[in-house]
Amino acid sequence: MTPAIRTRDLTKDFPVGFWRPRPYRALDGLSIEVAHGEVFGFLGPNGAGKTTTLKLLMQLVFPTSGEAEILGRPVGDVSIRHRIGYLPENPYFYDHLTAEELLTYYARLFRIDPSSRRQRVTAILDRLGIGAERRLQLRKFSKGMLQRVGIAQALLNEPDVIVLDEPMSGLDPLGRRDVRALILELRDQGRTVFFSSHILSDAEALCSRVAILAKGRLAAAGRLSDLQEFAVQGWELVVSGVPPDVLDRVRRRVRSVTSITRDRYSIDLAADGHPEQLLGELTAAGATLIALNPIRETLEDLFVRRVSEMGDGARPAAPTREPRQRTGRGNVA
Amino acid sequence: MTAALSVAGAVFRESVRDRIFYNLVLFAVLLVGASIVIGQLTAGQDVKIIKDLGLSATSVFGLFISIFVGINIVSKEVERRSVYPLLAKPIRRSEFIIGKYVGLLLTLLMNILVMTVALYSVLFWLKRGVPENIQGAWDAPAMDPALLKAIGLIYVDLALVTALAVLFSTYSSPMLSAVFTVCLYVVGQFNEDLKRLDQIVGAPAAGIIGKACYYVLPDFAKFDVKLAVVHGVTVSGGYMLWTTAYAAAYIAALLFGACVIFSRRDFK
Repeated sequence: MTPAIRTRDLTKDFPVGFWRPRPYRALDGLSIEVAHGEVFGFLGPNGAGKTTTLKLLMQLVFPTSGEAEILGRPVGDVSIRHRIGYLPENPYFYDHLTAEELLTYYARLFRIDPSSRRQRVTAILDRLGIGAERRLQLRKFSKGMLQRVGIAQALLNEPDVIVLDEPMSGLDPLGRRDVRALILELRDQGRTVFFSSHILSDAEALCSRVAILAKGRLAAAGRLSDLQEFAVQGWELVVSGVPPDVLDRVRRRVRSVTSITRDRYSIDLAADGHPEQLLGELTAAGATLIALNPIRETLEDLFVRRVSEMGDGARPAAPTREPRQRTGRGNVA
Repeated sequence: MTAALSVAGAVFRESVRDRIFYNLVLFAVLLVGASIVIGQLTAGQDVKIIKDLGLSATSVFGLFISIFVGINIVSKEVERRSVYPLLAKPIRRSEFIIGKYVGLLLTLLMNILVMTVALYSVLFWLKRGVPENIQGAWDAPAMDPALLKAIGLIYVDLALVTALAVLFSTYSSPMLSAVFTVCLYVVGQFNEDLKRLDQIVGAPAAGIIGKACYYVLPDFAKFDVKLAVVHGVTVSGGYMLWTTAYAAAYIAALLFGACVIFSRRDFK
């Protein structure tokens, strides 16, 4: 089956400098595939090339080399945009139009039938929680409200593929919760959601797969369960009421013991530290179990590890440079 | 084409809300005020002066809108990034440019229509009570329909200025676009002089450059028939048609250039 989104060796150079512009490589040979109906997280630190990639998909910038397809069609095919929704980063609209007028204007561009246009606009504004402000001019909207308008316009045409650039930006905790629920709702409807973010908890909660971008190059891509080291790396045992002599004996067999409160301790065991055996000994000595947690790698650990693996070397810049090995490139998701 | 018309509609609505039409109030005040003052200072020349003033004001106010809205119409969208969600819709970049241009033409048309009504109203008011024998001595009647020819060519002139402003705004900053547009407009007023530059400066090389500029740069002086109309000189239908066709060809070339430049532009 054709992927919903596919890029092959997608590369973008921007000229830098006025008199003698030199190419600055914002994206270097990105190859990823996003399957239909999945929520795909596109992660990376600031300046990694996430927004450039999304702009390339929307043809707001043109690639230096490589290609990109959405729903099996080249991204330059204007007709395919009937099936795509796009939220730019920190969206901005026309000051003097109301939310309703803006969406009606966009609905015309989508050639949504005039008889259902008004109903569609009203429904989507209500869904995003800004129905009451539909007749307010957009210059009076807060940043969070503009973000909601941005999401509303991205969903107006009931798209098959939704591309969101930092969808949680500018939203308060309630707004973020709403958008998370909305993304899951879209996934349940069988739509593909491709979103960029540097809020890792959102990606961890929503994505079936992620790609991590660093310095314009793909650092990692795949299922979270494959990327993260899900094997247990250790155990955290939290207990209270341990007699001091028992605690001294335990200290020699574990990685560390940390005092949390006066009689509560966190015990860090190695992966092969047999927590059930230690727990038996402690409870027999009168201790009470508070918690027993396996220690696994989080997305944040993975992110930091993969981004730092990309090294501190200069970002690839000039096409005239000698070819060199690209870390992580060609890693098709 | 539907997409371009949608863009044009949005430009017009945004212009109305952006208080662009406030200039009409200033125009009306200027015209009515001037007619009262001039009526008391001049003897029998007031209608001619008001016609001249009205047509000139129509031209100047329209020029301000053409240049200052025209130079911002694309660059402001790019600068504020409102162009991002728009161009992600099923619309070609050329349709966006054409839509923006048509929207601005609609705004200008509305302005000029209101100014025309205001001018004719003031002229009607001035004509009242003037004896027939005095009216007969005027070069042209107060409610002269030929004024519409001058106004029509002012509109064509403004359409050309707008196309220039839109072209510059597709790749340049608003400030530079304004400078380029104003410069070309001023040079275009003296286009005929460029044709015979060698006679003026006495250098054959200047003549070649002057002639090249004459053929490349727009000849804005062609659209100015205000003086002729005010003095009752007939402006032929053929001249109107030929001048409009000249502007249409020029506008088509400018918009084609604007579409090509904008279609290749990266929005960083």
